[in-house]
Parts: sequence; structure tokens; C-alpha cells
Amino acid sequence: MADPKKYDNRLGLKGWWGGGRWGFERYLYTLHRLTGLGVLSYFVLHIFVTSSRAFGSVAWEQWMGTVAGPFFRVGEFLVVLAFIFHAFNGVRLILIELGFAVGPAEEPIYPYKTSLNTQRPLMIAMMFLAGVAVIVTGYDFWMLH
Amino acid sequence: MDSQHAGARDIVYVVRRYNPETDAAPHNKEFTVHVEPGMTVLDGLHQIKSEQDATLVWRFSCRMGVCGSCGMLINGKPMLACNTQIMHVAERILTIGPLPNFEIIRDLVPDLRPMFNRHISGMPNIRRTDVDPKAVPTDEYYQTPEELTRFLQFSYCIKCGCCMAACPTMATDKEYYGPMPLAQFHRYNVDTRDGGFEQRKKIAGGPGGVARCHYAGECSNVCPKGVDPARAIQLMKRNLVFSYLGLIGKKKPCGTIGPDPHAQRMDGVPDAPKYTIEQK
Repeated sequence: MADPKKYDNRLGLKGWWGGGRWGFERYLYTLHRLTGLGVLSYFVLHIFVTSSRAFGSVAWEQWMGTVAGPFFRVGEFLVVLAFIFHAFNGVRLILIELGFAVGPAEEPIYPYKTSLNTQRPLMIAMMFLAGVAVIVTGYDFWMLH
Repeated sequence: MDSQHAGARDIVYVVRRYNPETDAAPHNKEFTVHVEPGMTVLDGLHQIKSEQDATLVWRFSCRMGVCGSCGMLINGKPMLACNTQIMHVAERILTIGPLPNFEIIRDLVPDLRPMFNRHISGMPNIRRTDVDPKAVPTDEYYQTPEELTRFLQFSYCIKCGCCMAACPTMATDKEYYGPMPLAQFHRYNVDTRDGGFEQRKKIAGGPGGVARCHYAGECSNVCPKGVDPARAIQLMKRNLVFSYLGLIGKKKPCGTIGPDPHAQRMDGVPDAPKYTIEQK
């Protein structure tokens, strides 16, 4: 018998934000993906801009003048923020995905505690370090240069 | 029930409806349900079906959080309807929809077959590479309590699909196997009686496998049985990486132990009852 008509209920990108219990790690998951795309976009732009030197010093100077404006300056700092978060959260994910921060299997006793509870000190430590790095880099970026 | 019971009140059920014969897309329909303390979301659905709309469709069986049939999206969270008391999750309005990330068959009934097919592809049974278990059916396997603990948590899975509905990777990736099947891969991989790791490795390490999980952790948050699929997936990643790097050898399933030839029956233990069917 042929399958009856069904409705595809896959959430798509909306599922990155909702559909569950909105745990903090879900936001980190989504932010990690977005910052990864942001850093990749910067990398492509960076290659494009620096390759202008191949077309002579005039083209190079023109591009340098363009990216020196306030719009790109703010954009550059956003890239720094994205990189810092992605790096520290990435270290957390590497440790977790190698099974070092999730703990061994245990008897589930209600109210259930999961590996999310086990890795939380690592998550807090990494986000704290990311915050410190943002402050130090922000001071250097905006005050010293 | 006494309608004057303290705390009893009317609650509006906003139910996602979909009839494949008449609807192009799901839509919401409201029902007012008189709720008494202690009523579960499933009880409310039964009340609607018996008193207001007999065409409302959902899936249920055991009514006590064991069978995993009544997984639904309740106030935006995947839960078991039989395990959730209405007054614990709603003041005046309760929204109910089918589990996301599955196709809807009708109303609150998702098509769970893709999940079960992936589960089956991971060979969810004890795979022996040395002996045929059917050839030595009376022997027992060696297994210590510590070895049991490595997989016991993951064996409580009731395949309700709540983890699949909560997973953000499932929301955008059709290739991903999902938390339930992958957690069950690990449940058998770390069972000392099993020798199927090399076979499951091809799927778990493949394009729809564990590498697509980046630990949003929602599967573990919503699991009604505390199975913690996110932990199982991370632990399997470690085993896979160590296996690829040659840091762990090929697993050899544990041996069997036959009847003890020196064992003696304790005093007062009666004989087993006679077989009720003829033995061949």
C-alpha cells in the first residue's frame, strides 16, 4: 500500500533556536556555528583584499583606504569577538567530544543529572576565560591603537 | 471527580491538527478542558476525544511512561503526555503539537519509521564473532557489575523520539542519524558481550554519524528516562578516535560460563515445574 500524504515537520534553521528546553549549551551550539561562519567570511574577505596587491600598489592603497573606515573597524572587532568565543568554546568542545568532560555512564536517578551538569564547570571556566580575553583585546583594540 | 476540587480550573488546549486528506498544512484548534489536579496531558486529550472531538488523533499505549508512544511537543518542549501533569506546565493555555523533525501522519502522530530504521541499521542486539549464541543457549556470559554500568544507563531508552525532536542538528540535517540511534550504537558497542563494534563503526563514523553532533545537549535535557544520549555520543566519539589511531585494540567479546559441575542444590529448593509443552 502506498504511503499516505505526510507533512514534513522538520524545523530547519528555526530548530537552532527553539524546539527544546532552551538550555544554555544550545545557545553556545548556535553561536559556535554563527561565529564559525563569521570568521570564515572574514577569512574570504581578507584573502580578497590582500590579493589586491597583485594588481599594483594603487589598487592596494585604495583597498587599504576602504577597510580603514569606521564600518570595517567595528566589523574587525566583531571578528575578534567571534574568534575569541569560537576558540574557547572550541577547546571545550574538543575536550567534550573526546569524552573527557562528560563523565562515565551512571545509573539515572530522578531528578536526572546528565553530562551537561558534569561539563558545566568546564563551560563556565571557558566562558570566563573568553570574557577576560575580550576585555584585554578590547582595551588593546580601542584604547591603545 | 469533584469539580469543586481545590485548584481545578479550565485550561485551553491549543492543539496542532493536520488531516492529510483535507489540509495542506497543520493548523491550530482550541479546546477548553476542565482540569483537576493530578490530570496528565494525556488525560486531557482523552477528555477532548470523548466529549468534544472524536476525530482527534494521537498515539499512546501504556499511560505510565514506559512504552514511549505519546511523545509530543508540549508548550514547546518534547515530553511524554502521560508523564506530564497539566498543572505543572500550564496556567491557562497548553499548546500541543506533534514531535518536530519527523513527518506528520495525522494530528499528533509523527512518523517514527526513519528513526527506527536507523536504529535497526545499527544492529541493536548482541553480535558475537566467536560463537553462535544459539549453539550454546544455556551458557551465561561473564560480565562484572562495573561492565554493566558502562551501558546500563543507555539501555533505559524507550525510543519515544523526544531527543530527535529537540536536537538542533536534526532540524537542519537530514543525513544525521540522530541521538537515539547513535546512543544505542554506543549501548551495544560498550557491552562486553558484544563484538559488533567494527560493523557499527562504519555507520557511526560515516557522514551521518557522531561527527555531526556538537553537543547542544538538548537530547539529554528532554529525555524522560535520564538516558543522556549526548553523553553516549561523546563517549562513542572517543572510542572511534582511539580506534582510528590504534590506541585501542579490536574488542574481543567476553567468554561464556557453563553450568558449574561442582554446584549442589541448596536444601529446600524444589524441582522446576514440568514442561507444559513437549520438548524436542
